[in-house]
Amino acid sequence: MELVMIIVIGFLFAAATYLMLSKSLLRIIIGTGLLSHGAHLLLLTMGGLKEGAPPLLGEHAERYVDPLPQALILTAIVISFGVTAFFLVLAYRSYQELGTDNMEQMRGKEEDD
Amino acid sequence: MSTLHWAMVAPFMLALFVPFLYKHVRSIHTGWFILPLPVALFFYFIRYMDIVQQYETVTETVPWIPSLNIHFTAYVDGLSLLFSLLITGIGSLVVLYSIYYLEKEKEKLHHFYVYLLLFMGAMLGVVLSDHLITLYLFWELTSISSFLLIAYWYKRERSRYGAKKSMLITMFGGLLMLGGFLALSVMGDTYSIRELLAHSSTFVNEPLFSVALLLILLGAFTKSAQFPFYIWLPDAMEAPTPVSAYLHSATMVKAGIYLVARLTPIFALSPLWIWLVGGTGIVTLFWASFLASRQTDLKGILAYSTVSQLGLIMSLLGIGALAFHYNFAENIFIVATLAAVFHLFNHATFKGSLFMVVGIVDHETGTRDIRRLGGLMTVMPMTFTIALIGSLSMAGLPPFNGFLSKEMFFTAMLRVLEADIFSLETWGILFPVLAWCGSVFTFLYSFLLISKTFLGEYRPERLEKEAHEAPVGMLLAPMLLALLVIVIGFVPNILSDTVLAPAVYAVLNGLFKPGEGVDVHIAHWHGWTPEVFMTLGVIAVGTVVYKTFPKWNGVYRRLPERLSLNHLYNRLLEWMEKGSFALNERYMTGSVRTYLIYIFTAIIALLSVSIVLKGQWNIEISRFAPVGIYEIVLAVVIVAGALTTLVSKSRLTSIIALGSVGYTVALFFVLFRAPDLALTQLVIETISVALFLLCFYHLPKLRDHGKGYSFKLTNAIISIAVGVVVSTIAFLSHAYKPFESISQYYVENTYEKAAGKNMVNVILVDFRGFDTLFEICVLAIAALGIYGMIKLRMTKEEKLEK
Repeated sequence: MELVMIIVIGFLFAAATYLMLSKSLLRIIIGTGLLSHGAHLLLLTMGGLKEGAPPLLGEHAERYVDPLPQALILTAIVISFGVTAFFLVLAYRSYQELGTDNMEQMRGKEEDD
Repeated sequence: MSTLHWAMVAPFMLALFVPFLYKHVRSIHTGWFILPLPVALFFYFIRYMDIVQQYETVTETVPWIPSLNIHFTAYVDGLSLLFSLLITGIGSLVVLYSIYYLEKEKEKLHHFYVYLLLFMGAMLGVVLSDHLITLYLFWELTSISSFLLIAYWYKRERSRYGAKKSMLITMFGGLLMLGGFLALSVMGDTYSIRELLAHSSTFVNEPLFSVALLLILLGAFTKSAQFPFYIWLPDAMEAPTPVSAYLHSATMVKAGIYLVARLTPIFALSPLWIWLVGGTGIVTLFWASFLASRQTDLKGILAYSTVSQLGLIMSLLGIGALAFHYNFAENIFIVATLAAVFHLFNHATFKGSLFMVVGIVDHETGTRDIRRLGGLMTVMPMTFTIALIGSLSMAGLPPFNGFLSKEMFFTAMLRVLEADIFSLETWGILFPVLAWCGSVFTFLYSFLLISKTFLGEYRPERLEKEAHEAPVGMLLAPMLLALLVIVIGFVPNILSDTVLAPAVYAVLNGLFKPGEGVDVHIAHWHGWTPEVFMTLGVIAVGTVVYKTFPKWNGVYRRLPERLSLNHLYNRLLEWMEKGSFALNERYMTGSVRTYLIYIFTAIIALLSVSIVLKGQWNIEISRFAPVGIYEIVLAVVIVAGALTTLVSKSRLTSIIALGSVGYTVALFFVLFRAPDLALTQLVIETISVALFLLCFYHLPKLRDHGKGYSFKLTNAIISIAVGVVVSTIAFLSHAYKPFESISQYYVENTYEKAAGKNMVNVILVDFRGFDTLFEICVLAIAALGIYGMIKLRMTKEEKLEK
């Protein structure tokens, strides 16, 4: 199962990289979204995908899945959400101020140095 | 601190008071307050002559950084005493001369004397230091003070150019020298020069030996203006003449000579040392004396002459190192070292006086150009006399001291022919031949200097001022030096017995016992030897060359300007500046995409190389869980979603596809039994997509709306490589796990110790609550930041103010 997930994650990383290398700011943010999805899935996969009950003690199961990667992922999801939200509003503000979303046009001018 | 240390720091301390003296005692020339110090130091060092003559040394130590074994250790032996006497003696005369040379009203005297005192203290530090690191400290201080003194008239472009050039070249050498010092201290396991000299014979086979030798020699050659690093010295002539006389003829340029002489016992066993020091010296001697004759500026002639004479001393030190290869009884090479220290002293006397004379001529006529000067003999008889003495001594004519040292120089060069090691038996012939040719040119420019300035007809219309004899105060210092030239010429043994013999003993450290051997050579300074005929030949050929000079003068114009070292230096600087600018322009494109490409490529390269080199390929398939059908379906969905973001023509489609990826991830979380993750992911994906749509809605209408994106091959290759590398590393690390997870502890203790049943939540708030605290902070900061971005706007006026 992990092999399938690893291939899927690899694909997500490749897609994210491709999007981040493009000119449009929105596509770059979409790329970062894909990248964090890839990273979260990678965390889960590397923790092991073996059979077992959800990490709730009420289940009274023989084996539970590993709770630690889940806690890590939850933290990571919240943080990446905070950063993505900030980034999106930043993009929205730069649209407003600069009137463009083309990264090639967003360059410092000589006199700003 | 001992008196010796106080003597070393006295110039620095006086330098502190110079600005006060200049500001508050305006009626007296500041130089008068400086003058007592070098005079007092000179007489202080004279007292050491008794000790040094007994072949005893004085060592005083003041700790500086004891934990790193760095101390200010002062060490007085024959060599450092000779240099100290030169520095303080000529320093006194230069200060005296500068009092009359620099005008009280026009010049910024406090700058001048502060720099000069800094230099004097630094130079004393160089020659008296026994510790390599403090030696380097003072060495750099001489470079810095020399830089300040060359650019004393900083409003002139040429001064700034000269100062920069000398700074770059001497700092380059100084830095390499530091490397050499470090290599040396690693070899000897000490920083102390005395201790290094004590077990110097063990170094030859060390792997760092040649490195240390080359680096230290580069430092010495750049400082002492040897070929090809001499180019800074002629440009340093933009400094005031007292500075040129002091720094660039008598003292600073001899720091490299000092270093070579001081470290001779360590490196002399290496043929590389003998060939490099001797060979560079003799080439410098010839080349600079050849170039000196083409100069039209008096100080230019003297600058090249200084380079040439420094080459002479350097070559003598190289030949002197041969003494270490022969037994004492048959040792014929000691004379070279004696000649070196003797000429070192002589050169300081006659070159100092010549610079001062040139300064006087410049001061009284307004020009230093020999094409405009002439016939000053009757106008300035005193100056002429001094110049004549200096020039004849420089040309190596009797009865002046230059003759004696030139004679000994020829002796030493002829004895190279008797050497039978290091291919000297075949190539050694170059030494006397180049030495003789160089001497002919020395004779030529010495006579040109005299004849073009003082002989011929007097043409006042070409001069900027009405020429007249200089005030006696200005003449005093060069007169004293010229007197010394004559006295040493007639009674050289006064000097040689007192100062030179201990200096030779110090240079040839450990070669012979105190007192034996050296005296013999000094007494033998006359007799019908081949050297005398060589000198006669120099005079004869030199006269012919001088008489026919206007005829063959054109040779200099045939020298290709493009091959000159100055041209190369300028091109090199220009090329480096342009090159680094072009390089920066090239890779710092200002586009984020370029930098991302650099970063991704570096990641791919580093990771794939380490995978190939270090990859653990022992895969345990048993670790992998069985494949389920639902997961396969979801995998297809998520890949399709990601693919849609890539290829979609409109942004709206991309956003929705991203949302579908997010929801699929949530479904994966459901399938992999992570209920809290699934909840959070669903909510957060919904908010994110809403935010994306907000951005989309506010996109500028003008362009890009609904337009597709062109496919880029580079981007595709990089992306695929990133994906493959990440997958490979994930696969390898999952397939190979050395130990089990620590999670069993959480499973067992979530209820027992933390009173909860949801393990993930207990980990988040109990076992690992700190993470959660700061994750809350992250959210708070993001929220505040977003609020700030939306609310705070700079008005037009504020923007303009900024």
